[in-house]
Amino acid sequence: MTQQTPGVSPGTEPLDLVESNPGRAEAWVGRLAFTLGPILLAFITCGILLAILGRDPIAFYRDILTGGVLRASGLQDSITRMVPILLIGAGLIVAFRASLWNLGADGQYLLAVAFVAGVGPSVVTAMPPVLGWIVLALGAVAIGAAWTIIPGVLKARYGLNEIVTTLMMSFIGVGIANLLVKGPFKGDQMVPQTGVIPADGMLWDLAGTTIHVGVIVALVVVLIVHVVLTRTSFGTRLDVLGANPRAAVHLGIDVPRLIVVAFMVSGGLIGLAAATDILGTFGYMRADWNPAYGLKVVPLVFLARLNILSLIPLAAFFGVLSIGGDYATRLAHLPNDFILLFVGLMLLFMIVTQYISARRARRDPTLPRRRSAAREATA
Amino acid sequence: MAEILPAAPGMSTAGTTVPAVELSAITKAFPGVIANDRISLQAMHGEVLCLLGENGAGKSTLMSILSGLYQPDSGTIAVDGREVAITSPRTGRELGIGMVYQHLSLIPTLTVLENLMLGSNPGVVLDETAALARLTELSETLGVHVDPTARIGSLALGQQQHIEIIKALWKGSKVLILDEPTSMLTPQGIAELQKVLLGLKTAGLAIIFITHKLHEAIAIGDRVSILKQGRVVGSLGPEDLRGMTAADVQARIVHIMFGDDGGQVAGIAELREGFDPVRARRADRSGTPVILELSAITAPGARGQHGITDASFAVREGEILGIAGVDGNGQRALAEVIAGQRKATAGEIRFAGEPITTLSVSQRQRLGLRYVTDDRLHEGVLGRYPVSINLVLKRIGDAPFWRRGAIDRTAINATARELIREFDIRTPSTDTSIGKLSGGNIQKALLARELSFDPRVVVFNKPTHGLDVRTINMVRERIRALAARGVGVIVISTDLDELIDLSDRVAVLFEGRIAGILDNGPDAATRIGELLVGVESAAAAA
Repeated sequence: MTQQTPGVSPGTEPLDLVESNPGRAEAWVGRLAFTLGPILLAFITCGILLAILGRDPIAFYRDILTGGVLRASGLQDSITRMVPILLIGAGLIVAFRASLWNLGADGQYLLAVAFVAGVGPSVVTAMPPVLGWIVLALGAVAIGAAWTIIPGVLKARYGLNEIVTTLMMSFIGVGIANLLVKGPFKGDQMVPQTGVIPADGMLWDLAGTTIHVGVIVALVVVLIVHVVLTRTSFGTRLDVLGANPRAAVHLGIDVPRLIVVAFMVSGGLIGLAAATDILGTFGYMRADWNPAYGLKVVPLVFLARLNILSLIPLAAFFGVLSIGGDYATRLAHLPNDFILLFVGLMLLFMIVTQYISARRARRDPTLPRRRSAAREATA
Repeated sequence: MAEILPAAPGMSTAGTTVPAVELSAITKAFPGVIANDRISLQAMHGEVLCLLGENGAGKSTLMSILSGLYQPDSGTIAVDGREVAITSPRTGRELGIGMVYQHLSLIPTLTVLENLMLGSNPGVVLDETAALARLTELSETLGVHVDPTARIGSLALGQQQHIEIIKALWKGSKVLILDEPTSMLTPQGIAELQKVLLGLKTAGLAIIFITHKLHEAIAIGDRVSILKQGRVVGSLGPEDLRGMTAADVQARIVHIMFGDDGGQVAGIAELREGFDPVRARRADRSGTPVILELSAITAPGARGQHGITDASFAVREGEILGIAGVDGNGQRALAEVIAGQRKATAGEIRFAGEPITTLSVSQRQRLGLRYVTDDRLHEGVLGRYPVSINLVLKRIGDAPFWRRGAIDRTAINATARELIREFDIRTPSTDTSIGKLSGGNIQKALLARELSFDPRVVVFNKPTHGLDVRTINMVRERIRALAARGVGVIVISTDLDELIDLSDRVAVLFEGRIAGILDNGPDAATRIGELLVGVESAAAAA
């Protein structure tokens, strides 16, 4: 029997963020605890903070529920809000599973938004709306994907850290998007914004609601992504690369090509989120508008352990939290940044929970733990 | 054997009966294994105590406890009869316990004297005069000549080891621990080490020598204690070692280690009493076709490692070509350039006559070129993934495991079960994460993956490193069987015994160059030893 890791300091504990060995029954309980535990802890901590700030935590959480679920308009808004979360989340998951940290979602998203909002009004009037939507969606996907090519190639060929390059490309992308909105894509209005897509050029709403069909599109797309990630050789290659790039080279995977492809798929899905948001919800882009989805979605995809099936309920939860949170913070006279605090705490608690469960997993109850126990055993 | 490894005198010269170090009932457990189980040992002044045991028997844990790296769960340590607590490596050094580790720790770009003054100079200003005096004193005790201004990198391995020993003794050690110091030491090197140890014994030091090779233990030890699964399972005193023939001692130790099953593994190089190649093959394969040929291959190394310069050799079908060399002389670069993981900057590789220099890793795999990596855990397998997936990882996307892009877990599991049976991989199930298996079983899984699906050339990099004797035996049998089937085999190893045991021919790798290729035979170990010291050092010695 070989002894692998006596004395490895806990600081080197790799965070086991991607589930790699699915299918064991016991894992389900752990997975649920892993997801719900941090959320619960974040609720408690935020509750304490609210109490310190002189607000009633119970009332606050009730308001979130009221604003995000119980009111019909709130519920519909929450469901609509899921669309960008799902698509951006799926985009991040594709990259993150390969340990490619695409943190440039905002630039990819806003460039695609500027394109769709900028040319959308004329495209949807020049051709049948359905055709126009397809053209715009494909364009948005292409732009999102294209914006990842530079970080992808730099990573693939020269090993440059994609965290830095995607972030920098994101700043550049956000800047260009704003330049476009203030320049070539500026509409006829006085304010710096694009033209507005006419109401009959917007995505259809589901019968009797304000929920646009983008919700269906997003669900179908992320389910396809899920199948690709879990059932195909492409998904396996991504997982291998993510688990161990050296092994990926050893196993004969064309790593540079895979890196570029994974980045482009990631950016493409984020571009699709931009298209559905503009065509379904907003209809135009105002200059300097930035919902900053990129970094808000990161905690969610980790909570979902980079699994899309787990992302769907979390996206719903986030939709409720952000729509209901707007409502609750307004009633409580708090800035709506308070919700960001909640999201940040979730991620923090998730890492702590993960660390503790990894520690526990290494423990072997059949062995003496302390010196005294060992003495008893040998006596 | 006698003239290479003269029997060591075993008398205690310090004339004391108080052990230099006495371990009493030392126990140390790690999750999943009790590394040391109530171990009691005595090391006497003026004697060499050999700790003999397989990988995983608990030798290194015990020495880590003695040097202060680990704390025992229970048990006591006495130095010169006084019970002590060795709470840190520093305390260990202050108590006079010096340690020479398996891997050399000297800095190759600095001189001998600079290395010795590193970390041991008392003040801020380097005191060269004092250091030089100490070096002279110690080198006289060891009976070796040391040039204080020589750069470490220019010294032969044996000489570097002398410096390691001097470094360990620098602050006045009473006990010297040598942890597996001889993996690539040649007959010449071992003879020299014996001479050095004799000098140290005369000076009254207690020496603890850790090894997994029986012939080293017999040649060097005054006492031999045998460790198995964390326990001392037998000891031989000076009277046993001097009173019996080497063959009798060997038989007795094998019996202690393996009981009545000893016959199964007794032929293995680790358990033989001498260096001589029992199975010196030297088969004439000049008639069989060349399957793999390297012509003037040059490739850079990974960061901080040697690359390969102008390497040329050929492997014939059914031939085992050994690559000897001290670790870090370009072994990994050589293996990777053959496997396609590293680009050659010059030269050509031909497979069955066709150039493959520009082919990718997977294209070479499809031709039947396989590489069993030495970095099993970090390159060979994905530790958190199931055994089943790991067994087919080199065939991602291929039928029958992936059909039109979709994974077929049934087919993967069926093949995995077959391979698990054929290669005797001990795993609870096909779904077990492979990282939870023992090193031996991980290596079996790697063999299963690389040796299935029609291999034609297999490169093994340190194939038995860190394995237990039974698995070592099984791996070598597999390698022989492979060659017998007509597969061309390259075995890269830092273990000279292994190469002598397996190879038809041995190429010696020194600083990234092929220093020579020779046929295996009765005097191969000695001739490899001559090549291993390298051209530069050989010239310096002349």
